Amino acid sequence: MTEPLLAIDNLHVRFPVGGGFLAGPRRMLHAVNGVDLELAEGECLSIVGESGCGKSTTALAVMGLQEPTEGTIRVRGKPFSGPAAPSRKERAKIAQMVFQDPYASLNPRQTVWTSLAAPLKLHGMASRFEIADRVETVLRDVGLTLEQARRYPHEFSGGQRQRIGIARALVLEPEMIVLDEPVSALDVSIRAQIINLLLDLQERLGLSYIMISHDLSVVEHMSDRVAVMFFGQVVESGPWSAIFANPIHPYTRRLIATIPNPDAILGDARKVTDTPQPAPPHGWVFANDGASIRDVMTPPDPSELVEVETGHFIRLSHA
Amino acid sequence: MMPLLQIRNLNLGLKRAGSSYALLHDVSFDIMPGEIYGLVGESGSGKSVTSLAVIGLLKKPLQVLGGEINFRGKNLLALRRREMRAMRGRRIAMVFQEPMTALNPLATIGRQIAEMYVLHQAKNWSEAGQLAVEALASVRVPNPERRAKDYPHQMSGGLRQRVMIAMALACNPDLLIADEPTTALDVTVQAEVLKLIRELCAERGTAVLFISHDLGVIAEMCQRVGVMYAGCLVEENDTAALFANPRHEYTRGLLGALPRMGSRLEHGRQRLVDIDSVIEDRSTLTSRRFITPRQDIAAQ
Repeated sequence: MTEPLLAIDNLHVRFPVGGGFLAGPRRMLHAVNGVDLELAEGECLSIVGESGCGKSTTALAVMGLQEPTEGTIRVRGKPFSGPAAPSRKERAKIAQMVFQDPYASLNPRQTVWTSLAAPLKLHGMASRFEIADRVETVLRDVGLTLEQARRYPHEFSGGQRQRIGIARALVLEPEMIVLDEPVSALDVSIRAQIINLLLDLQERLGLSYIMISHDLSVVEHMSDRVAVMFFGQVVESGPWSAIFANPIHPYTRRLIATIPNPDAILGDARKVTDTPQPAPPHGWVFANDGASIRDVMTPPDPSELVEVETGHFIRLSHA
Repeated sequence: MMPLLQIRNLNLGLKRAGSSYALLHDVSFDIMPGEIYGLVGESGSGKSVTSLAVIGLLKKPLQVLGGEINFRGKNLLALRRREMRAMRGRRIAMVFQEPMTALNPLATIGRQIAEMYVLHQAKNWSEAGQLAVEALASVRVPNPERRAKDYPHQMSGGLRQRVMIAMALACNPDLLIADEPTTALDVTVQAEVLKLIRELCAERGTAVLFISHDLGVIAEMCQRVGVMYAGCLVEENDTAALFANPRHEYTRGLLGALPRMGSRLEHGRQRLVDIDSVIEDRSTLTSRRFITPRQDIAAQ
């Protein structure tokens, strides 16, 4: 197997909560608790889960915006976190991010052109023609016109702003883009346009995506592989078809079953809820079966990811 | 059976000295007693202002420019302010998207629910407090006695929305307006809250005007749906029929733009429909508005 583009190995992120001086010992919130993930080149890996499951913290750690407490992140085998990590400038050419709220992530006082040209100048592109050339290319890539680039972010609609956000992420030609709920804030018709755009760009530019999302219908549509997170841990991961056709972990099944599905009322009911819960392999039980919310104080049960079919892992504990 | 709510040619807009700008164009639909009726549409389609007109909470410069809103045979638009206030909360109640902004942060939730009984049913506070605990139990809040003493910030989003539902249903209204009640919630919590609304309203025979941009949620909740676009009701049908056989091109575009669970497994990845490429000129859409099964039969 070829080396993955990105490899996250045993990632832990802990935050102190409460406590402190006079208030007793500090407790630690284990936001990410031993996550292992790999991203192959040209692949879209989706991390799904509910608020607080650690999916965004994982993404921030990849972007270098959150220092891991433990564990390593590597890009093509070279450290991407910790003391040996590349500088911010070098990172920017490898990984970029698209945020949920494009308006909050654009500078309101800069025209779109200025926002797009700034990273190029910062990375030593001096010639105005070169800069103009590159900016024009990304604008065309995301379906915006040159005239529009002279405007300010507030002059655009939500869908257009997200296109600007994508253009900004593309301008330095990164290898991977972290998409944090890229279409959650958009209307149905605009959402479809942005999803189509992201898939086109991925194919044309050979991009790799890590998508953070809670919307499973979008995840099913876009992903190559899916990792389901629950309380800081990956409870199930695998190719998209395995996760959606044959979900095994109770939490994954519950997540899929709770998606309001228009086709369900047309008689074409969800297959997942109909089939009985598969039993874990002999001698194992499901870890964190998804029924209860774990106290931040309790250490997780010793559990491990077990491969149930090629590339399809579920988290189990010894019975 | 008489419809509970009958909206006839509702026109609504912004009005300032001399000029007006229409936001709703001749919106008409009925809700039967006990029925869950969905209004679906994208931002700015007019679904929320429609609901605000029904409950009488339009603020200037927004105002009704024409039409009727008949509720149990009475035109709500002709009511005096005081009469409308008495109607609100007792006969027509509302649940909003963001419970945190709809709850008073300085009062315990027990007191806020109890207020409903004091205002609308002339109960004394101690009696109302007891009823509030029962109301909390009815929306399946665990430990209702203890939870009644909590302030809104001490509760999770899902619990707060349950509290809002308890308040809205406190006086057994005939009509509940739910405006994107689960949009801010996680999917598993959303599923619980939707189930709760469905069950409680079925138990009490409360009709619901359910507003959402999420076609999946609409499909799960509503018996009938109206699709709104640019201030017009462009199509209305039984939910199952609407999804199986959308007639209006906007509805067709909207359904095609939706990634469907299970569709990729069955048919492979299909490109999502781009409404703008299907419909060249969105402005012509509204001239062919309001398709109902009835009109269809008439046309044949």
